[in-house]
Amino acid sequence: MAEEIKADETVDITDVVCPVTFVKAKVAMDELDIGQVLRVHMNDGEPCQNVPRSFKEDGQKVLRLIDNEDGTYDLLVKKQEEV
Amino acid sequence: MAAQVDYAVLKKGGWMRQKQKDKFALRIHVVGGHLDDVQLKTISDVAHKYGQGYVHLTARQSLEIPWMDIHDLDAIKADLAKGGVAPSVCGPRVRTTTACQGSATCGHACIDTYSLAQEIDRRYFARELPGKFKFGITGCRNNCLKVEENDFGIKGAEKVTWKEDECIACGLCVKNCRSSAITLKDGKITIDDSRCSYCGRCAENCPVDAYDTQPGYIVSFGGTFGNHIRRGNLIVPFISKYETLIRLADASIQFFDDHAHKGDRFQFCIDREGQEKFNKIMHDIYVESEGHDFTEADVEKIQAGR
Repeated sequence: MAEEIKADETVDITDVVCPVTFVKAKVAMDELDIGQVLRVHMNDGEPCQNVPRSFKEDGQKVLRLIDNEDGTYDLLVKKQEEV
Repeated sequence: MAAQVDYAVLKKGGWMRQKQKDKFALRIHVVGGHLDDVQLKTISDVAHKYGQGYVHLTARQSLEIPWMDIHDLDAIKADLAKGGVAPSVCGPRVRTTTACQGSATCGHACIDTYSLAQEIDRRYFARELPGKFKFGITGCRNNCLKVEENDFGIKGAEKVTWKEDECIACGLCVKNCRSSAITLKDGKITIDDSRCSYCGRCAENCPVDAYDTQPGYIVSFGGTFGNHIRRGNLIVPFISKYETLIRLADASIQFFDDHAHKGDRFQFCIDREGQEKFNKIMHDIYVESEGHDFTEADVEKIQAGR
């Protein structure tokens, strides 16, 4: 299950705080086409707890959460069709 | 006209005597903190027409319309009834059932608190007892409704089962578990049931729905928060069946009805009769209804505060 997943776009949300974290990630997601993958670079703690769940509640598919072991995580999310 | 006033009857019907002569605050029957737009409009109209144009929100999710005059009693009741609004109760009986928003709108909630509040209200509301008896329902461990303040407090909880096929091994459940019950090793999740408090935070935070959840209840008995303050006690562990919950509630109310003194509260009645005796009744109902016995450790691990 550890095969490499290639991201089409990357957004860095380490420079903003909740609730702007998800807003910035969501705006980035809007630019993608269905089936493309977004890499979200974020801080541990609140963003890490809330952003993956918010994407799920938004109907997107979370593929992976990678611990960069430097206090940041990369979340890979695949854009789904609008429901 | 000098009205012959039976204050006890009025109090039973939700009419709270004000210090001003012939004036009452009318308590409204609210279930689970829920009022619809028609009810609100009706209450607003009555407050405007018969009162002083305002209402008071009570500490337990009810609402009172002050400055109702005793001579308008029948007209007020009739006006309220047209908008689906009924008076509540006060005094020694089962009172307002309170509830948080629950799973209808809240992402944290493990149970549908409003439906449960309606059911509890339908079964027990206004039942005559030696003292007052209060039910409170909250959807999850965040305990927005502070259920331990109630004579019978119900808290939503859930048992979880890991689904390996759905899991992306992200580790968010491990990070979110407050009981250190989850470990992730070589892409596999292990849940230590001796630590799990059934809070459901693992499932809630899972970004791919890799947990099946079975909702249930945690009950606290004997809470009160007035002249005397006592926190409700946990006596039985995680309850998986609605039937068990209702049987425990039935038996609790019956115990209070059978043993309480006039003006008593549940916990003081239990203290007098013996906590052991009450615990045994709850234990036996739980074991019979849930189909398994339990240990003190099973109760200990679901204590709030984790």
